Parts: sequence; structure tokens; C-alpha cells
Amino acid sequence: MSWFEKKKEKVAIAPEKAIWAVCPKCASRFAPEEWKKASSICPKCGYAGRVSARARIAMTADEGTFKEVFREVSYSDHLKFRDAAGAYRDKIEATIRKTGETESIVMGTCEIGGIRAMLGVMDFSFMGGSLGTGTGERIARACEQAIEERRPLVIFSASGGARMHEGILSLMQMAKTSAAIGRLKEAGLAYISVLTDPTTGGVSASYAMLGDINITEPRALIGFAGRRVIENTIHQKLPDDFQSAEYLLEHGFIDRIVERKDMKAFIAKMLRYLSR
Amino acid sequence: MASEKTTKNLSAWERVKLARDPNRPHFRDFIALVASDFEELHGDRLVSDDKALAGGFATIDGRKVLVLGHNKGKNVEENMAANFGMANPDGYRKAMRLAKLAERFSIPVVTFVDTPGAYPGDTAEARGQAEAIAKSLEFFSLLKTPVVVVITGEGGSGGALAIAVGDKVLMMENAVYSVISPEGCAGILWRDGSKAPEAAEALKITAQDLKSLGAVDEIVKEPAGGAQKNHAAAAKAVKKAIIAALDELEGVDAEELVARRYEKIRSYGRFSK
Repeated sequence: MSWFEKKKEKVAIAPEKAIWAVCPKCASRFAPEEWKKASSICPKCGYAGRVSARARIAMTADEGTFKEVFREVSYSDHLKFRDAAGAYRDKIEATIRKTGETESIVMGTCEIGGIRAMLGVMDFSFMGGSLGTGTGERIARACEQAIEERRPLVIFSASGGARMHEGILSLMQMAKTSAAIGRLKEAGLAYISVLTDPTTGGVSASYAMLGDINITEPRALIGFAGRRVIENTIHQKLPDDFQSAEYLLEHGFIDRIVERKDMKAFIAKMLRYLSR
Repeated sequence: MASEKTTKNLSAWERVKLARDPNRPHFRDFIALVASDFEELHGDRLVSDDKALAGGFATIDGRKVLVLGHNKGKNVEENMAANFGMANPDGYRKAMRLAKLAERFSIPVVTFVDTPGAYPGDTAEARGQAEAIAKSLEFFSLLKTPVVVVITGEGGSGGALAIAVGDKVLMMENAVYSVISPEGCAGILWRDGSKAPEAAEALKITAQDLKSLGAVDEIVKEPAGGAQKNHAAAAKAVKKAIIAALDELEGVDAEELVARRYEKIRSYGRFSK
């Protein structure tokens, strides 16, 4: 899986903290105030920068309607995994302390434009948004509750893929989430998937690509394998726009690229069309 | 190699080497030994016929089944033609097409999993590798006919899982099944690809490990020294396990079958605290 690809990307300083705000996509420089004013949207190329799950929820759910669920469902260290840097448990406990989140997806019920929905938002700052057993469990439970309460499901993905520290059981979450979404659809409910920057590996190859409607944001990275892995396989340099939102739209895997300012309204509109 | 006499106490890395042994029986070897008849069917009806993932109707123990399997090839030319068992989206879409046909006639599906992973190529991305795998996972979870899975060699991540969602998951004794290759994991978490043996150990990828984690149902014993030493004996054990699984699933109402399959998938890594 490819989430390490991202780790090595040389965007060490968040644009809003640097002397110059530098767009990670087009490398244009801006005064930090300008970047901030643009709400992490590059004024030059339109790239929609990464935001936390909480910020995304605030942009999406009607004010005061979001009720978080399954916060108690967290990681499980089934393998007692250790690598060169130490124990997985220590690493993820530190992540929990740092981010205040207990898994890579925040799930809750809410209203979007007045429509009752189940909303899940992934947070890339939590272990690279990796899909662990806790993440998969939250999504499966969300589907089951959504069926019970007749709510459509909206998931914003941001992930490097499966969480290898949880071994085979992280892989199995691809099956678990896809099966749960299959049941949700069979129950006559809509699933809207928003693939935000970046959505790759085991997450793009499971629930993120299964939307009745697949949406993304300008210039988001979406793909299965990592760019370097592919370049090493085909022995060729890939074009810059490879695996971009625009590339996926052109190849038929995305319904629409929606700008962040229009996202909530577009989701609400789709939910209205996809209701009985 | 330590596998001459016994394969009982092999390290995870030794199993990886056995699982990748070029002389290990592959899909076509198994079919020739397990089935009395096999009629291959080609193509996804969209783009191409993926040689890395083969399928067709077969007869096993007098029963009609649909078989699907990763195809690796025996020599360099065959390896190249089969893309070393790394399927394109076309392969997964062919698998779904054929399985849908099997469902219409209540024919059980038997899959043989043996792949380093889904093909990481530019055309694979352009045709939607992620979408094809995702769709396959959803599709097999809902399929209204029995699905028996046999992990025969390398279970390489999403490319393996795409045809490994089923009612009964069997795994050969020296097969491995992992979220990432040991080399890939070592490169990331150890920053050193040569630490693959350590990564293999940490990832818990052997049949024994997977059974205790609940990711596979049964381990199929291999002949002394490994399946590559005796294809006929290996195939005999696989055939016996497939027949037992088919027996168990025969006559189960389709709705009940899908409900049970969901419960099974749902239980993978179930959270309990």
C-alpha cells in the first residue's frame, strides 16, 4: 500500500505556519494571511488543502446538529506489532494524545441542508488516515445504524490506505466496509463518497470508490498504487496530472469535482435527489 | 532450505519463500489435478481478457463449479504473458462477470488466490484498479451463491482480497497472506528493504497466524517439504477441503447464505474493549 509515498513528500511545513505559504501542488507562494483568508484553497491553482475532520464537519453539517457516535471504538493491537521505531501501541497512543481523536474517522449523525444523514470524516493527521480495525468497525456500525434509522451515508475520505501495523485484519476492513456499504445500498439508501486529498491504497480500493455518487475536490490525489511504485514498474515518468481529481474525472471514476465552497450545497442536493 | 524434512517449524520468511517457489503448483496445475473438466471463459466484455486472472466452468467431484484464479505461469514467457499473476482491473471485472453468471444458475464459485498484488501500472490506474477491487469486495459480499476461497500461494493485499471474500476461506499450510509485502513493509517501517524477514514475522502472515486471528477458516496440510515437492498430494488435500466446504454450503438458502457471509466478514477484527 502506498501511504509511505506521502510521508516522504517534502511538505514539511504547513502552509499557514511558514513565512511564505507554499501551495503543495503548484508551489506558488503567498503571504500567510492570504492563504489563511482563502481557507486553505490555493488562490493560484485551486488545490483544496487538507483540513481536520472537525473542520470538515463544521463545513458540512448544519450548525449544532452533529452528534458523534462510536468514539469508544478505537484501535486494537491484535498483532502486538513492533517495528524499527518501537511498538505500534506507543505510536498510536501518542497520536491519540496529539490529535484528540481516537480513530482515523470521526462518525456521527447530523443534518446536511436539513436532511438527516450519517456523516463520517477521515482525518489524515491520524496515522495518515490509515484504515485500521477501529476505522472499519466505525464504518460498519455507521452503515448498520443508517439502515436502522433510514439515513443516507456521507463519507469524506483522506487516507494513505490500510494500516499495516494491524496486519491482515486491516486488510479485512476493506472487505468489511465494502460489505456494509453493499447492505446499505441494498436497503435503498444512498451513499455519497467524497474523496479528498489524498485518497489512495486500500481506502480508494474499498469504501471510497463505492459511492452512488463519487465527488472530489480540485487537484486532489486519488489512486491505488503509489506514483513511485508505478514508475518503477513501467520504467517511465508519469505525467504531473496522473492520479489527480481531474484525471479521474476524465477516466470516468468521479461524478463531479466540486469546489469546497459549493460542497455542502451539492451534497444536500444529491441527498434530496436520492431520497424517496 | 530448511524445508527438506519438515515444514512444521518454519519462520514466516521461510514460508514466504515457499509460497513464492516457482515450482509450487499454480492455478492451472491445481485445476488439472482437482477438476475432471475445465472450460476456460475469457474477457470482461469491456476492455480485454486479463491473462493474470483466469476463470471458467469446471467439474469437481461430479459437481458444477465456477473456478477463478490468479495465473502466474511456469516460465519467463508464461510469467510475462500472465503479468506474474498481477491482475489488471479487467481481471477483477471478468471475475465478477463470470461469478454473476454462476449465481444465475446457482453454481458455487471456487477461487484460487496466488498473487503478489494487483498490478501497479499506469493503464491499471487509468482503468480504475481501485474501483475494480472495491466493487469486487462489495460484489462478492452480496453474491447469492456459495463462494469457497483457497489461498494457495501468495495472498498479496487488495489484489488477493478482491477474489478472497467468501463463505469458507481455506489456506494452504505454506501460503502467506498479507496487507503488504514484507519487503514493502520493511522499506517503510524499517527504512530498509533487507529487513523483510523481520517484517514478515511482525505482520503475522502465515496460515497458523491467520487462523488464530480469525482471518481464515481452515488450514490445508501440504506434503512433506511443501506443495512444490508433490503437486498430486497437495492437490488431493485441496480437493478434499473444497469438497467438504461445498458439502457444508450446499442447500443453504441464498438469503441465509449472504446473511451468514456478512456476519463472517463483519467479525474480522471485531472491536471488543
